[in-house]
Amino acid sequence: MITEHILSILLALPLLGACAVMLLPRHSGAAVKITGLLFSGIAFALSVWMFVVFDEAQPAMQFVEYVSWIPALDIGYSVGIDGISLLLVVLTTFLTPIALLASWDSVKDRLKGFVALMLLLEVGTLGVFVALDLFLFYVFWEFMLIPMYFIIGIWGGADRVYAAVKFFLFTMAGSVLMLVAIIWLGYYASTLPGGHFTTNLLTLYSVAPGIPFAIQSWMFLAFTLSFAIKIPLFPLHTWLPDAHVQAPTAGSVILAGVLLKMGTYGLLRFSIPLFPDATFTYLPYLAILAVIGIVYGALVSWVQPDLKKLVAYSSVSHLGFVVLGLLALNEEGVQGGVLQMVNHGLSTGALFLLVGMIYDRRHTRMIKDYGGLARIMPVYATMFMIVMLSSVGLPGLNGFVGEFLILVGAFTSQVLGSPWYAVAGATGVILAAVYLLWSYQRVFFGRVENPDNKGLRDLSLREWCVLVPVIIVIGWIGVYPKTFLDKSAVATRSVVQRYEEGRRGDVRAVSGMQGTGAVQSGQSGNILAGTGAVRSGQSGSILAGTGAVRSGQSGSILAGTGAVQSGQAGSTLAGTGAVQSGQSGSTLAGTGAVQGGQPGSSMKGTGRTQTRQ
Amino acid sequence: MAYEYVPLAVLLPFLGFLINGFLGRYLKREALIGSIASLMVGAGFVIGLTTLFELLAAPPESRTRIVELFPWISAGGLNVPVAYQVDPLSVTMLLIVTGVGFLIHVYAIGYMHGDPGFWRFFAYLNLFIFAMLNLVLADNFLLLFLGWEGVGLCSYLLIGFWYDRNFEKGTTGDAAKKAFIVNRIGDFGFLIGMFLIFSTFGSLRFQTVFAQAAAFEVGSPVILAITLALFFGATGKSAQIPLFVWLPDAMAGPTPVSALIHAATMVTAGVYMVARCSLLYALAPAALTVVAVIGACTAVFAATIGLVQNDIKKVLAYSTISQLGYMFLALGVGAFSAGIFHVMTHAFFKALLFLGAGSVIHAMHDEQDIQRMGGLKAHMPVTYWTFFIAALAIAGIFPLSGFFSKDEILWKAFSGGHGVLWAMGLAGAFMTAFYMFRLVVLTFEAEPRWGKDKHPHEAPSTMAVPLIILAVLSVVGGIAGIPASLGGGNAIEHWLEPVFRPALDKLGGTGHEDHTMELVLMAVSVSVALSGIWLARRWYLRKKEIPEALTARIPGIYRLLWNKYYVDEAYDGAIVTPLQKGSEKLLWKVVDVGVIDWLVNGSARAVGFVSRGLRLLQTGAAQSYVVVFILGVVAILGWLLVH
Repeated sequence: MITEHILSILLALPLLGACAVMLLPRHSGAAVKITGLLFSGIAFALSVWMFVVFDEAQPAMQFVEYVSWIPALDIGYSVGIDGISLLLVVLTTFLTPIALLASWDSVKDRLKGFVALMLLLEVGTLGVFVALDLFLFYVFWEFMLIPMYFIIGIWGGADRVYAAVKFFLFTMAGSVLMLVAIIWLGYYASTLPGGHFTTNLLTLYSVAPGIPFAIQSWMFLAFTLSFAIKIPLFPLHTWLPDAHVQAPTAGSVILAGVLLKMGTYGLLRFSIPLFPDATFTYLPYLAILAVIGIVYGALVSWVQPDLKKLVAYSSVSHLGFVVLGLLALNEEGVQGGVLQMVNHGLSTGALFLLVGMIYDRRHTRMIKDYGGLARIMPVYATMFMIVMLSSVGLPGLNGFVGEFLILVGAFTSQVLGSPWYAVAGATGVILAAVYLLWSYQRVFFGRVENPDNKGLRDLSLREWCVLVPVIIVIGWIGVYPKTFLDKSAVATRSVVQRYEEGRRGDVRAVSGMQGTGAVQSGQSGNILAGTGAVRSGQSGSILAGTGAVRSGQSGSILAGTGAVQSGQAGSTLAGTGAVQSGQSGSTLAGTGAVQGGQPGSSMKGTGRTQTRQ
Repeated sequence: MAYEYVPLAVLLPFLGFLINGFLGRYLKREALIGSIASLMVGAGFVIGLTTLFELLAAPPESRTRIVELFPWISAGGLNVPVAYQVDPLSVTMLLIVTGVGFLIHVYAIGYMHGDPGFWRFFAYLNLFIFAMLNLVLADNFLLLFLGWEGVGLCSYLLIGFWYDRNFEKGTTGDAAKKAFIVNRIGDFGFLIGMFLIFSTFGSLRFQTVFAQAAAFEVGSPVILAITLALFFGATGKSAQIPLFVWLPDAMAGPTPVSALIHAATMVTAGVYMVARCSLLYALAPAALTVVAVIGACTAVFAATIGLVQNDIKKVLAYSTISQLGYMFLALGVGAFSAGIFHVMTHAFFKALLFLGAGSVIHAMHDEQDIQRMGGLKAHMPVTYWTFFIAALAIAGIFPLSGFFSKDEILWKAFSGGHGVLWAMGLAGAFMTAFYMFRLVVLTFEAEPRWGKDKHPHEAPSTMAVPLIILAVLSVVGGIAGIPASLGGGNAIEHWLEPVFRPALDKLGGTGHEDHTMELVLMAVSVSVALSGIWLARRWYLRKKEIPEALTARIPGIYRLLWNKYYVDEAYDGAIVTPLQKGSEKLLWKVVDVGVIDWLVNGSARAVGFVSRGLRLLQTGAAQSYVVVFILGVVAILGWLLVH
C-alpha cells in the first residue's frame, strides 16, 4: 500500500504539513516550527526507505502511479522515478528539514507563512522530479516559482523585491516557450498515423525523436532555454547572484541545493532524450557555454567582496561542470553529472548554511568585516573548512568523485568529439581552490582586528545538528560513492542508450536517402539531401544538405551549407561553409573558409584559405 | 602474511588523526597526544619492516602483491578500487615515510611543547602521513592522486598552522594558500595525464596500464603527452622549475613541518611518481630528456639562490629544491634506483638539518637570521655535531650517505653520455658544499652576534635523540648503495630492479661499466665538495671581508640572487594580478553587471516603455473609443472602395 503510492504520499506530506501549519493559532511559534520539521522529517524518512527498496537493477520507472486527468488530451497525473530522480528526490527531502532547522531563530516575522511556503516549495520541487507527464511537470515547474518568489520577496534582504521579480520574470520568460513546445509535442503525436494528443513522457520518448530536424531544433531550443535559465548557464545567470544575496538562508539553501538541479535534470529528462538530433547539433555550443561558465563563474567569484555572492557565482561554475558531464553523453560523464548535482546541493547548500550562521551573528556578509575567526569560532572554522574542501573537489570528499567522472567523461566523449572541453574545464579545478582559499583566508586566518568579532560564540547545538548530517554525507560520497552511483547507473545507461538509439533511428531513415539527421562516428555514413551533421565518421558526406562534417575522413558536403572540420579530404562543393584543418580540404564554388588544410583550396568562392601547405 | 597488514599501516595514522582531531582538546596531556600520534606512525614502520623481510624471502620476480579493500569509483568503463600495491618500491617509500616521519613526530613532542594548538598539530601530522602513505602505496593513479592532493591539503594546514602570525611581507596564511594553489596548478597536469591514461589504456590501475604500455612503440606521441602532463604535476609537488615557488614559503610553518615536507613526505612524491611510471617515461625519451634538463637546471638554479640567503630555513629550503633537482636528473638519465636512493639518503640528512635548525631556532627564541647567530657550538654540542654531519653528508663527502647517492647520479649522467648535465651537477655540488658550510660557520662557529637577552641551550631529549638517530643514518645510510667500483653490491639497485626492469629493458643496456673512470669522477666530485667547504670556511671564518667586498663589487647579481631572481614578482605581475584585476574590473564590473545585466534590465525597461505607450490607448473614455471605432470603419470602407 505504502510502496504503491509512496510518491503520492511523499508529495502529500509537505502539502498536509503546510495546511497544518496554517491551521495553527496565530502566535504559536515553536509549534509552527516543530510541525514543519515533523512533516518534512517524515517525508525524509519515507524517501530514505524508498531509496533502500528502490531496485537498482530495474531499468523501467519505479513506484509508478497513473490517474487520468484530462482524458481527451491524454494528460494525466503520472508519476514515477528512476535512479536519477531518486537521488534528487532524496536530496530535496534531506535539505528541506535542514533548511527549516537552519532558520529556526532567524525568521521571526510571519513565521507561519514562511514555514508553509517552505513546505509548498518542497511539494513543487518533488513534483518536478517525479512527474512523468509533461503537462504535470510544467504545472509543478511553475508552481514552485510562487513560494520561492514570496520567500525572497518577503523574508529577503534590502533589495528583495527587485531580486524576487527578476527571478520570477527570468524563469517565466523561459518557461512560456517551453509550454508552447509541450503543446506542440502533444499535437505532433496526434498527427502520426493512429496517434492522439498526449503529454505522456514515456509515449513521447518513442515519438519525439522522429520529428523533422528543423522543428526538432525549435522544440529543443524552447525546452533548453527554459532549463538553461534555471541552471543557470552562462550568460543567463545574472538573476542568480541577486536572488541568492537577497534570499533568506533557507531560501538560498533550497535555491542552490535543489532548484538549480531542476534545470540540469530537465536537460537529462527532456531535452536530450526527446530531441537527440537537435541535441547532437547544438551540443557543442552548449558545451562551450558550460566551459565558459566554469571558468567565468570561478573568476568572478574570486573577486566578490560579499561572501554570499561569492558562493552564488561559484554555483555558476559548478553547474557548468554538471552540464559538461551530461553533454558528454557517456556513462562516466552522465553519472558524474548526476552525482555532482547531489554534491553541489550538499556542499553549496552547506556553504549557504554556514554563511547564514555568521550573518545571524554579525549581520554582515562582507568578507572585509571578518578575519581571524579561526581563533574565536574553531568548530565553525573546521566545518567551514570541510565544506570548502568538498567544494574545491578534494579527493576523499564528495566533490572530487563527481568532478573527476565529469572530466573523464568529457575527455573521452565520442559525442563531444574533442578532449579540449575537458581540458578547459579542468582549469576550474585550479580556480576553485583560488577563490575558496582566498576567501577562507580572509575570513578565518590572521588576527582578529574587528572588535565586533571578539565576542562571537561558536556553534550552538542546533547548528551542529544542521551541519553534521550534511558533512557525514559529504564524507560518505567521497569514500564510498558506490551507494549512490549504483542507484543511478541503470538510469544513466538508459539515457545514453536512448540517445544513441534515437540517433541510429535517423541513420536508418537516412538510408532512404532523404531526411533529416545526423550520422555519428559511423563509417561511410551518408546523409543525402538532408539536414544534419556527420561527426567523426569516415567518409561521411552530406549531399545537398545543410550540416556539418566533423573530424571525418574524406567528409564532404556537396551543394550544401555547412562546415567540414579536421577531415581528411574534406570538401564543401558548391556550398557555403568552412573546411578546417583538413588534408586536401577544398571549398569549391562556395562561400567559406579553408583553414590549415594541406592542399586546401577555395575555388571560385568567396572565402579564405589559411596556412595551407 | 605481513603484507596484508599494509592497509593497517595506512589507516593507523588516520585513526590517530581522528582521535587527536576529535578528542585532542579533551586529552589535555601533551605526552599522551604526542605518544598516540607517534605510535600510529611507528606501527606503520614496524609493519613495513616485517613486509620488507617477507618480500626479501620471496624470489625477486614475485615481490609484487595487491591488497584490495573495496570498490571506490565506478561508472561506465572506469573502475577504480581502494587497493594497495606492495612491492620493493612502495615498501622502500613506506619505510622512509614512516621511519623518518616517526622521528619527526617524536621530535615535535618537544618542539611544540606548550603550544595551544598542540593536539591540532599532531592531528595534522598524522593526516599528512596518512595521505603520503596512500600516495606511495596506491595501486592506481586515482588513489595516488588522493594522497597527492591530500599532502597538498596537509601542507596547507600545517604551513598555516600559526594562522595569526606574520610571515615575510604577508602572513602565514598567504604562504599556506600559495602552497595549495601552486600545487593545484601542478595537479591540473596530473589530472590531464590521468585522462589521457584512461582514454589510452581504459584503466587507471598500474598493473593494467603498464602491462598494456609495454606493447607501445618507443616515441609514441600519446605516451609523450601522458608523461609530460604527469611531469608537470611532479614539478608542482616536488618544487621544480617552474612551480618551485611554494616551497621556500613553506617554512612559515613550525619547523618539524618543514622537516616533514622537505624530507620524508610531499616533495618526494613527484620523484616517486615518475619512478613508478618509469616504463611510460622509458617509452618517451623526449620526456626523459625534459625531466633530466629540468632537474639539472633546478639543481643549479636553486643552489645559486642558496648562496646568499640569511634565513637558516630558507637556505635549507633552496637546498631541498636543488637536491630534488638531482633526483630528477637521475630519473631523466634512466637511473631510477639512484633517484630513489637519493630520496632515501636525502630524507635522513635533510630531516636532520631541519630538525637541527629547529633546535637552533628553539634555543634562539624564534631567531632565524644566521647573521645574528654564531658561536652556538659551545652551547648546543649535540645540535652542532649532528648538523655538521648532515652538512658533510649533503655536501657528498666520502663515506657519508650523500656521497654514495649523489655520486651514483653524477656517474649515471656521465656514463649515459650527458656531459653537460654532469657538469651542471658538479657545479651544483660545489655550491651545495659552499652554502652548507657558510650556514654551519655562521650559525655555530663564527663569533656570537646575538644579544644578551638570548640564552641558547641544548635541546631536550625528545628532540636530541631523533637528531642522533638521524645523524647515524646519515652516516651509514650509504651502505644500501655502495657501488661495485668500491667493492659493494649496490643492494638498493638490486632490490628495486624488478620494479624498474621493464623500463630499463626499453631503454636498452648501459653497456660496460668503466670502474676506473667512475673512481676518477668520484675523486673529482669529492675534491670539488672539499674545495667548496674550504672556501666557505675561509671566507666566513677568517677572511670575512672577501664576501663583503664581493657583494659590493657585483651588487646586481647579489640582488638578483637575494631576491630569488624575482620569480615571485614576475608570477604576480604576469599572472596573478592581471587575472584578478581582469576578473574584477572586466568580467564582473563590465561583462556581468555592465553588459549582461544591462541587457536583461534593458529588456524589462523596453517592456515598460512600450506598455506606457500602449496605456495611452486605454483611456477608459467612451468618446475616444467611438472616435477610433468610426475612424476604423471609415478606413476599412475606404480600402474596400479602392479595391
